[in-house]
Amino acid sequence: PAFGLFVFTIARDPLRIIILIAGAFFWLVSLLLSSLIWFIAVKGSDPRDEPLQKGLLIFGVMFSVLLQEAFRFLYYKLLRKAIEGLVALSEDGCSPISIQQMAYVAGVGFGLMSGAFSMINLLADALGPGTVGIHGDSQLYFLTSAFMTMVLIFLHTFWGILFFHGCEHRRWWEITAVVVMHLAVSGSTFFNPLYVGSLVPSYLLMAVAATWAYVLSGGSAQNLRRFLLCKS
Amino acid sequence: MITFMNNSDSEEEPCNERTSLMSAESPPVPSYQDGLQASQAGEAQAHRKRRTGSSRSPNNITDGETSDSGVPVREGALENEEEELTLKYGAKHVIMLFVPVTLCMIVVVATIKSVRFYTEKNGQLIYTPFTEDTPSVGQRLLNSVLNTIIMISVIVVMTVFLVLLYKYRCYKFIHGWLILSSLMLLFLFTYIYLGEVLKTYNVAMDYPTLFLVIWNFGAVGMICIHWKGPLQLQQAYLIMISALMALVFIKYLPEWSAWVILGAISIYDLMAVLCPKGPLRMLVETAQERNEPIFPALIYSSAMIWTVGMAKPDTAARRSSQQAWDAAEDGRENHRSPSHTDSQVSETRSPIPTRPITSFEEFEEEERGVKLGLGDFIFYSVLVGKAAATASGDWNTTLACFVAILIGLCLTLLLLAVFKKALPALPISITFGLIFYFSTDNLVRPFMDTLASHQLYI
Repeated sequence: PAFGLFVFTIARDPLRIIILIAGAFFWLVSLLLSSLIWFIAVKGSDPRDEPLQKGLLIFGVMFSVLLQEAFRFLYYKLLRKAIEGLVALSEDGCSPISIQQMAYVAGVGFGLMSGAFSMINLLADALGPGTVGIHGDSQLYFLTSAFMTMVLIFLHTFWGILFFHGCEHRRWWEITAVVVMHLAVSGSTFFNPLYVGSLVPSYLLMAVAATWAYVLSGGSAQNLRRFLLCKS
Repeated sequence: MITFMNNSDSEEEPCNERTSLMSAESPPVPSYQDGLQASQAGEAQAHRKRRTGSSRSPNNITDGETSDSGVPVREGALENEEEELTLKYGAKHVIMLFVPVTLCMIVVVATIKSVRFYTEKNGQLIYTPFTEDTPSVGQRLLNSVLNTIIMISVIVVMTVFLVLLYKYRCYKFIHGWLILSSLMLLFLFTYIYLGEVLKTYNVAMDYPTLFLVIWNFGAVGMICIHWKGPLQLQQAYLIMISALMALVFIKYLPEWSAWVILGAISIYDLMAVLCPKGPLRMLVETAQERNEPIFPALIYSSAMIWTVGMAKPDTAARRSSQQAWDAAEDGRENHRSPSHTDSQVSETRSPIPTRPITSFEEFEEEERGVKLGLGDFIFYSVLVGKAAATASGDWNTTLACFVAILIGLCLTLLLLAVFKKALPALPISITFGLIFYFSTDNLVRPFMDTLASHQLYI
């Protein structure tokens, strides 16, 4: 689905593609830094101590979430500057792309990159022979991974919109809400393999974020109805 | 790498494609329109290359600028507008470059992942005589550095040789060289590649069919690259050639040497294009002085060149249509064919002979486009291919390098827009790519693996 989003909405406009790739890049850099921190922490600790490793992992995850949001903020700043530049350069005085579109594209960029990193090794292994869950792990590993990745990608998209909107209108509570939601989703994955504990809340949160972002983008129930009924 | 310069027919030449980004576009749009009126005036317009803000890759020379001798006054006045237009169209051109680079990388990665042949070590090129099978780390490092020095010096020599040839107008020699190298590339390497792919998928093919296929492929390729042909076909051929070249490099360069060579090439690229005495810069300047197009066969251009003998109004109408004209620059590459270690094939790209013709009898419309040297393509693909081949993190590392290279390309094009002269395309992208490769392989991979094993998501 994320790829479909890409093809239908982004692939037409070259500017959006650039923003998308830049967004992916920013996510990548944040991942790099967070894994650097984790790596240092792990190297500096005792590898045989199981609970400590688990604790370090949790710490790493949380830190990474915070870093991702920080980089989203940095990216927002960069895009603001870019918009000013684009406005100055455009012929008719208004920017070819609005900040909301940028928010959407940036969100998709983040999401695609995070999804790709989560899934792609899994997919590559899935092409080979093997049995899922042979060591007593859950047999639904691939399925749940796929769903989780999808929900994460969508969430990143919505968070992008919310985050940028919050920054635009200086509503700090929106930004903190996004950060908290992200932490909650990542935290819920700690319940894996108890999938009910992670997938369900994530989907609920995604529904909440989706409606919120939709409302923020100027939609309403009326629009939705008109769209679904294919009215003019 | 300046893709521009490295066409050398000499067999000993390693692939010298330097990739340089050149803004093939003529000066900004205002001049474009002005050019319409001014073009009535004379041929000078025909030689005008519009330079769009896109940066020219290091390949030397800022070609576009000098050709605008026609309307210097106007340009000054309209500079501002030009800049705007430049940047405005900039995004489109970036995408026009993204797509072929992406395609090339995809082809290379797909081949590396599926065909075993290109990851086996079957010997080394003559340009990298020192082996890396040494027991100690220091020795290995030393060997790779020595390999790099040899390779770079060969490239430098070839480039200087090419510039000298160009300066002294030995066009026939250069043409012959390029034709020979592209011939070799199209036929021999395609044959090897096809053979390996068929082997991998266990598809039986008899020799007559193979001969027919390769003959057709090679003949059409020669025509497309060195003469006229549909734009997309030309682009496709250029991409395929770059991919083949990159595959050969990946196979025949030992690991550490490959990374050191990548780093050294980008430094060399930087110097060769920006230093006043750099060979690539001299080539570009010479070409500009003579108002000639730089070897089309060595550059991939996203701009269109309309070479049609039409009346002016018609050409004006045509301007709106965007076609990409790919000038492929063939880097000279010396490869050692897998079976014969002593035969070296130097591939040179021949400049498209149509260029001189078109400038005289046709009104050449060059849409704004960016030119990227083929050497750039090759080295980007080498980086990503090596990442795919040797990284244990597999796809994550490859993906990270891919994104890094694209971002580097974006930044380079941005700089091109700002500086408006030929810039090296390699350094920024390769630096990003290298950083991301090493960091992803060593830092991110353990992190992601641990996360995946617990099925945690960040």
